Amino acid sequence: MHRRLFLAAALASLSAPVLARPRTALEIRDAWVRQPPPGAPTAAGYFTILNHGRTSDRLIGASSPAAARVELHEMSMAGGVMRMRAAGGVAVPAEGSVDLRPGGLHLMLIGPRLTPGRPVPITLRFEGAGELRIVAPVRAPGR
Amino acid sequence: MGANVKALAAIAAIAAIAVFAIAVGVYLAGMPGGRAAPAPAPPPSAIGGPFSLIDTNGRTVTDATLRGKPTVMFFGFTFCPEVCPTTLADLSSDLQTLGPSADRLNVVFVSVDPERDTRQQLARYLSSFDRRIVGLTGAPEQVEAMERAYRVYARRQPLESGGYTMDHTSYVMLFDAQGRFVEPIGYGQPPERRLAALRRLLG
Repeated sequence: MHRRLFLAAALASLSAPVLARPRTALEIRDAWVRQPPPGAPTAAGYFTILNHGRTSDRLIGASSPAAARVELHEMSMAGGVMRMRAAGGVAVPAEGSVDLRPGGLHLMLIGPRLTPGRPVPITLRFEGAGELRIVAPVRAPGR
Repeated sequence: MGANVKALAAIAAIAAIAVFAIAVGVYLAGMPGGRAAPAPAPPPSAIGGPFSLIDTNGRTVTDATLRGKPTVMFFGFTFCPEVCPTTLADLSSDLQTLGPSADRLNVVFVSVDPERDTRQQLARYLSSFDRRIVGLTGAPEQVEAMERAYRVYARRQPLESGGYTMDHTSYVMLFDAQGRFVEPIGYGQPPERRLAALRRLLG
C-alpha cells in the first residue's frame, strides 16, 4: 500500500498536469480539455480519478475561473443518435478508478474563457475528499 | 377458478397482447424523423430530398445547389462539446488528406439548433476547420423540414442550470451527385474507413 502510494506520487509528479494533496487518497491523472472552436459555448474536460484509499468517494461538482459554469455529463450513442445527460455524481470505488473520457463521462465547461497556451484551472468537489484543484492542458480537437 | 374462466382469461390476455403488439407496430411504422422519437433505420431511398436553408454568407442553398457534386453532410450544433468538434476535425483532416480531389465534394454542416446557431455563429465556429465545410442554418421550420426529409433525429434536452443541449443523429451522411443517399459514416470510424468511403464517393 505504501509502495503504491509512493509510486503514484512519483508518477504524479512526473505526469503533467496533476496535483493531489498528500492528505487525500484521490489522485487525478491525465486531465485535459478539448479546445473549443471559436465562439463555441461549451468545452469538454476529461481525466482519470484514482482512489488509493479504502473508502469510496463521489465526484459531485466542479468549477473553474475559466468557465461560467461547470457541469458533469454523460454521453451515450445508440442507433446513430448522440445523447447527453447530466450526471448527478461520479462514484469513485475504493482502491479503484474511474475515467472521464470521450464517449462517456465528461466535465462540460459552459461559457469557456480559455487563454491560448494556458492550461485550465479546475476545482473538483468530492463528497469525502472535498475540493481538489487541477490544471488541465488544452488539446486540439480531433484524434 | 373454474377451467372455463381460466381459459377465457388466457384468451383475453393473448388477445390483449396481440392488440398491444399491433398498436406498437402501427405506431412505429408511422414514426417520422425530425422531432419525434428515433425510428428503426429507414431505407436509403427514404433519405434526402428538397430543402432550403442559408449559408454563412446569407445565400440560399437548396438540394438543387448541391446537385452535380457528391455531398458529405453532417447535422450538429455549436453547443455540442464533443461529437461535433471531433467530427468536423476528422472531416477537415480527411479533406486535407484527399487534397485537390476533395474540391469535387460538397461538404455541409447543418445546424439542428437554428435558434442559437445564427449564420454568424456558424461562420465563427467553422473558421477553425477546413474552409470547404459550408455551414447551413435557417428558420426553425426549414431546418425541421430538412430533418424530416433526411430522417435526422433532433430533440432539445433541457439542462438543470438553464439552457439546453440537443440529442441528435450523429453519423456523417454521403449522397451521390444526384442527391441520392449512398451510405453513412458512423461516429468514431477510424481514418482508413472514413477515407475509403469518401474515395468511393468520389469514384
